Amino acid sequence: MNTKVNIRQADTADIKEAPTPVNQTMVEAINLALAHAMEEDENVVMLGEDVGANGGVFRATVDLRQEFGLKRVMDTPLAETLISGITIGMASQGLKPIAEIQFMGFIYAAMEQIVSHASRLRNRTRGRISCPMVIRAPFGGGIHAPEHHSESTEALFAHIPGIRVVVPSSPLRAYGLLLSAIRDPDPVLFLEPKRIYRAVAQPVLDDGKALPLDTCFTLREGSDLTLISWGAMIQETLQAANTLSEKGVSCEVIDVASISPLDTNTLECSAVKTGRCIIIHEAAHSGGVGAEIAAHLAEHCLLDLKAPIKRVTGFDTIMPYLRNEGYYLPSVERIVDAANEVMDF
Amino acid sequence: MNRTYDFSVNATQFIADDGSLIKPLPSTVDETILLQAYQEMVLIRIFDQKAIALQRTGKLGTYPSSLGQESIGIAIGLAMQACDVFVPYYRDQATQYLRGVSLTEMLQYWGGDERGSHYQNCTQDMPICVPIATQFCHAAGIATAFKIRGEKRVSVVTGGDGSTSKGDFLESLNLSGVWQLPMVMVINNNQWAISTRREVQSHSETLAQKAISAGIPGVQVDGNDFVSLYDAMLTALKRARAGKGPTLIEAISYRLSDHTTADDATRYRSHDELKKGWDREPIKRLRDYLLSLNLWDPDKENQLQEKVKEQVDNAVTAYLAIQPEPATAMFDHLFKKLPAPMQAQYDEVKRLHLS
Ligand SMILES: Cc1ncc(C[n+]2csc(CCOP(=O)(O)OP(=O)(O)O)c2C)c(N)n1
Repeated sequence: MNTKVNIRQADTADIKEAPTPVNQTMVEAINLALAHAMEEDENVVMLGEDVGANGGVFRATVDLRQEFGLKRVMDTPLAETLISGITIGMASQGLKPIAEIQFMGFIYAAMEQIVSHASRLRNRTRGRISCPMVIRAPFGGGIHAPEHHSESTEALFAHIPGIRVVVPSSPLRAYGLLLSAIRDPDPVLFLEPKRIYRAVAQPVLDDGKALPLDTCFTLREGSDLTLISWGAMIQETLQAANTLSEKGVSCEVIDVASISPLDTNTLECSAVKTGRCIIIHEAAHSGGVGAEIAAHLAEHCLLDLKAPIKRVTGFDTIMPYLRNEGYYLPSVERIVDAANEVMDF
Repeated sequence: MNRTYDFSVNATQFIADDGSLIKPLPSTVDETILLQAYQEMVLIRIFDQKAIALQRTGKLGTYPSSLGQESIGIAIGLAMQACDVFVPYYRDQATQYLRGVSLTEMLQYWGGDERGSHYQNCTQDMPICVPIATQFCHAAGIATAFKIRGEKRVSVVTGGDGSTSKGDFLESLNLSGVWQLPMVMVINNNQWAISTRREVQSHSETLAQKAISAGIPGVQVDGNDFVSLYDAMLTALKRARAGKGPTLIEAISYRLSDHTTADDATRYRSHDELKKGWDREPIKRLRDYLLSLNLWDPDKENQLQEKVKEQVDNAVTAYLAIQPEPATAMFDHLFKKLPAPMQAQYDEVKRLHLS
């Protein structure tokens, strides 16, 4: 997949000049992309709580302050409304600010700015002023954190026109998608699945190559069943696909990656091909992005479907504290169960 | 231009860093309360050490230490009356303990079990609330309720220096002045918000002076001097109870620990600064003072240490014996009664985990 493409291209380049791919975790890949973007464009600046001296509480911005200085890596007061609001102001003046909201669970104070202003500035001014900003926020559960550190509320933002919502699921996609997000002329909410910040590592080439936004990635081809997911849940989804393939069920696995706007074309093609779909997300069930995908597929591919579309999701409950959080997150077992149901329909 | 307003902020300290007296103790303080405060502070420090040990061995989740700030919580807790309502932030183990939250409940909460917020003995106090500064609005609402009902009760709310940067804090502060709410706001200025220095939060000389903009009294006290904060709290509570409105208190302290067990403060803070912080710490200071009055001695200290360790150990044993809630617990308190459309999800969880 992407790994191979990138490495092959590096092989053909001048060995001395080309950087070599090094094993990176997702959080390291994010750091690489941030450094790359700051290096290539002096308008790129970064701000947030603890992003400077501490390098971010997850170390995503580590060393950037030493490298790029105080004017480009700014520790702000503890104020999310302010962080998102000034980010909009900076972006309107041609800077490319990247704001970090420490945890997505604390983004709500910033919502008014994001919804009422970031997403609308271009439309409001009929293109005169745009908002080329990125808001990064670690999100999702499963890291044994206290309350409000496990939120997965991407659907709240996917509902808002004028803002992109992007979720990487691997170090490579984190690197490539973050670069596109930063280079994009419009606001992007870049949600980082912190459960897999360090769980997986793969060779990432720091070549500045971006991956496209607004498109899904097909991680695995199959003919019987389409598994659709994003972010950290891709791990369980791929495991379930392995288990299912051992039982003779051929799964196609799609990483949605851009939650909004949604690449419905890839999803439709796969649904038509396999005739069966399961959507897996850790956000609460009702009103989640899974509902949007299911509705879209029902609307456009109904007659190609061999079984009802199923969702395997978090529950419509508040994510329990750490002692019981495992009960909330969708498991491989639940995905396999749902697949069996769909296959037996 | 004519000057229309001048202000100054008073800073108060009674007992100096070395345990000596700077000025005579206020009439609100006597030997009994000093001895009690000292013993409670020791208890909280030992509890804190134990909690960190539990976290390090995987028996507790992320935990925010109150090392070096014990006197703030103890002063607030001892000054408040039972009928008042405490609106804590997450570093308030000391006040919570004095309010009646058991050590076991606190361990349960930080151990990732929601039942830890079901406080058996202080049913009106608010639970810990992790989003920074939102609690100030709740406290203002609680004070409004007291005012509407004509109750002689006060809501006491705490936050860190970082919390004063948020709109929630400033908006609540403003309202507390406009409506003259029976409310006391205490800022635990421990100099850091994770890696962010106090100076990055605000260019104002003191945090107490934010009260000026709201038209209410703002005072700064040495938060590591039990006497200073205790006396200021009593004055503020009395004012509020008498219908004379809110007070903002900035209590200067120092965070001797990492921000939480998930943090590593050596990344951003110098060893020298930390060492200086230890010179100001509240427990040794009060002990030195009590020793100088012959109110304390090594024997008493040994007895106290033993007693307190046993108390903490018992709480830990009780905590470790608590069985986790069943998987279905996440549905049990979401609504008073589970909405019918959620029954299927409930049944699914039951089938998956309880059968
Ligand atoms: C709205 C919000 N943003 C970010 C966080 C993450 N966070 C938790 S504690 C903290 C620092 C708070 O510092 P301060 O208010 O000074 O209190 P202290 O922890 O120093 O006692 C931050 C940024 C949060 N809990 N809430």
